[in-house]
Amino acid sequence: MTQSLNARNVVVVLVITGLALLPLYSSISGNIFVLTLFTRIVIFALAAVSLNLIMGYGGMMSFGHAAYLGIGGYAVGILAFEGIGSGFIQWPVALLASALFALVIGSLSLRTRGVYFIMITLAFAQMAYYIASGLARYGGDDGLTIYKRSDFGGLVNLSNRVQFYYVCLGCLFAGIYLVWRIVNSRFGLVVQGVRSNEQRMQAIGFHANRYRLVCFVIAGTMCGLAGALLATNTDFVSPSIMYWTRSGDLMVMVILGGMGSLFGPVIGTIVFLVLEESLSQITEFWALIMGPLLLLIVLFGRGGIDGWLGRLRRG
Amino acid sequence: MVEALLSVKNLYRRFGGIVATDDLSLDVPRGELHAIIGPNGAGKTTLISQLTGQLLPNTGTIHFAGQDVTRLPAYRRSALGLARSFQITSLLKDFTAVDNVALAAQAHDGHSFRFWGKARAEPHLRKAAMAALERVGLGPRADAVVSELSHGEQRELELAVALAAKPQMLVLDEPMAGLGVTESARMVKLLQELRREVTIVLVEHDMDAVFALADRITVLVYGRVIACDVPAGIRQNAEVRRAYLGDQQVAGHG
Amino acid sequence: MLLLVEQLLNGLQFGLLLFLLAAGLTLVFGIMDFVNLAHGSLYMMGAYFASTFAAWTGSFIIGVALALGATLLLGIVLEFVALRHLYGRDHLDHVLATFGLILFFNDAVRLIWGPAGLALPLPTWLTVPVQIVPGLFYPSYRLAIIVVSLFVAAMLYLVVMRTRIGMLIRAGASNREMIGALGINIKLLFTLVFGLGAALAGLAGLMQAPILTVQIGMGENILILAFVIIVIGGIGSIRGAFLAAIFVGMIDTLGRAYAPDLLRHILSPAAASTAAPALSSMLIYLLMAIVLVVRPEGLFPASKR
Repeated sequence: MTQSLNARNVVVVLVITGLALLPLYSSISGNIFVLTLFTRIVIFALAAVSLNLIMGYGGMMSFGHAAYLGIGGYAVGILAFEGIGSGFIQWPVALLASALFALVIGSLSLRTRGVYFIMITLAFAQMAYYIASGLARYGGDDGLTIYKRSDFGGLVNLSNRVQFYYVCLGCLFAGIYLVWRIVNSRFGLVVQGVRSNEQRMQAIGFHANRYRLVCFVIAGTMCGLAGALLATNTDFVSPSIMYWTRSGDLMVMVILGGMGSLFGPVIGTIVFLVLEESLSQITEFWALIMGPLLLLIVLFGRGGIDGWLGRLRRG
Repeated sequence: MVEALLSVKNLYRRFGGIVATDDLSLDVPRGELHAIIGPNGAGKTTLISQLTGQLLPNTGTIHFAGQDVTRLPAYRRSALGLARSFQITSLLKDFTAVDNVALAAQAHDGHSFRFWGKARAEPHLRKAAMAALERVGLGPRADAVVSELSHGEQRELELAVALAAKPQMLVLDEPMAGLGVTESARMVKLLQELRREVTIVLVEHDMDAVFALADRITVLVYGRVIACDVPAGIRQNAEVRRAYLGDQQVAGHG
Repeated sequence: MLLLVEQLLNGLQFGLLLFLLAAGLTLVFGIMDFVNLAHGSLYMMGAYFASTFAAWTGSFIIGVALALGATLLLGIVLEFVALRHLYGRDHLDHVLATFGLILFFNDAVRLIWGPAGLALPLPTWLTVPVQIVPGLFYPSYRLAIIVVSLFVAAMLYLVVMRTRIGMLIRAGASNREMIGALGINIKLLFTLVFGLGAALAGLAGLMQAPILTVQIGMGENILILAFVIIVIGGIGSIRGAFLAAIFVGMIDTLGRAYAPDLLRHILSPAAASTAAPALSSMLIYLLMAIVLVVRPEGLFPASKR
């Protein structure tokens, strides 16, 4: 590979360095807000990376990905509420619950294709949303406050702002690394082959849906982790964490950055959330600008930011 | 007679009111190159889709290598050594040529639930893929993305993909379709070589190629077998001439 | 028993309303192969237009008529300016672009009308209850919704099944290339169909307005219901949309009416009153999941593509 110094790689290196050094900048400048904002960004980036695995590489257009944010978040919240404070229990349960949910809805949804798949994943996520709204014991519509963050013994203190940021960042980098290994593995090639031409893959001997489903479960689990982080970050979890517009946001982040590119979703998330944040500081009506912007991106910006960076070099 | 590698009995498939495969029986012994011809709409592609599992028949049975495969999904038949090429080129368009073939090799090399190692760095998969590509003369084009290949090259790649699965039987759906004269000649030569190693079922419109290659020919009209014989016999067959060849000779090839 | 009849009527009324929304969606989907999430925004705009125009003119009927025209126009403009450039693109592009439109419309409404909801007061002649069977009084306005919706549904059926335009629409839903080959001005046809869909959505929104408050985001939940309906009914099928809409309307209404009582047998009253609305909302999604698992193309697929 002789593309060591193109625009894309420069941006990726800058983003990684920037994210890694952010707490340093925050403590020197005394700007705590930027750390809070970027903790949120890093968490959503992890969710977007997981969505990109099924959407960008697997061709599965899930419109219900936010459900896992809720499941991961509620797993942590409910266990904390019931007095089980150990992170060594809370987090594995969050991952397991997300994986299980993905397994069930994946095996049903993957019987359908195209728009039907988009809609059935949306429907399942809405079901999860309404289930959460119906949990009277855990706050119903109003949500559940988490009074004590997960306890990881002496290993890491999640209540420390900087430590928590690095935990999130570590999870993000681990997630990206995992996706990188997966998409270049045998499994990953099969999944991408199925996206490209399912009939062909069946004809040469692959049971396409089995690979799709496993991919779907991996992505769901990864997003469940993001959910656990998100709930910890806000010390709160409510049904709105998995409202359908949230799934839409995640899709936008992925597309904005560039589907099927490793770092695209991270860049997409940064751009989306920073834009949302700064627009909402200029005007209360930030969506008036954001909405048409999305439309323009779809109309004219094919391949997302990553595609644009890739084209820069070729001129 | 030795037991046939492929044995089809009383196959019947209907689409709404149209009978596409009508009480069709067919035996292909190991080592044969068996051509299937017939006018457009005779149900040739429907038939081979049933052979390789993209379609299921309404009634009838298909046995392959002594096993009943009538209800098996396509990927299971592929695992048994039944490979097909598609009439309309059906490749992984955004993959390179060598990746297309390597995936076929991978499909027959243990399971693919391996999430970590780099598949493109597995030497035996690459080697098998390169061998299949060389075989069809695409060696120099291995790293080209499929969408950049010419139509003729894509047809050859189809064949390489089918070969990489090391099949017992190749089912080829009009490999010559859309090829120029020189490309067709190359394809015929290639099939001449392949037939020594593998049993082939060939659906083809190019009559010169069919009569040059086939051991036996089955003629389909409206989903029925109207004749099944060696090429010389088919040429003599009055019914075939009336139903098919006669027309074609008047109308010219194609 | 009377309560059940009343609930059945409510279910029918809600189902018909859903049909108006779903009909436009399924037409646009079936013919242009376009996924329009912003359909719910048109529903919302219909309601806002109606309450504004009714307040200006002082007349419910004139307000409603003006609102219908305005939504039709809005739909046509929207199609002409932005959405027609997206035909033939990936469904994902449709989802994203129209998702952006939802964001836009919600904030535009907030900017123009403010965050508080509006009301659309009914004229007095529509507020008197009507006795439909002895002992059962039913709100005349809800009855009016049923009548109007049935009338519109019948008109739609006649237009689609009996006229030349309808023939083109049906042909377009099953074979898009064919109408092009017939030398029809497809662009115009598409714009008209989109406008028609917008007007239907607006009609549904403005009819719902006096029953619920007119508020931001009112189109979103009901839009998802409409999507559920067209998926259950089979994309592109008006008949499927009609049957599925009535079905979903009934389930939703009856679920809300009876789930609390049923749940009270197994849960504490407090828990039951929280869980019941959630349960009845879930029922519909459960239904859709079952339909899709059993028949991945919906119950009445318009065509096999």
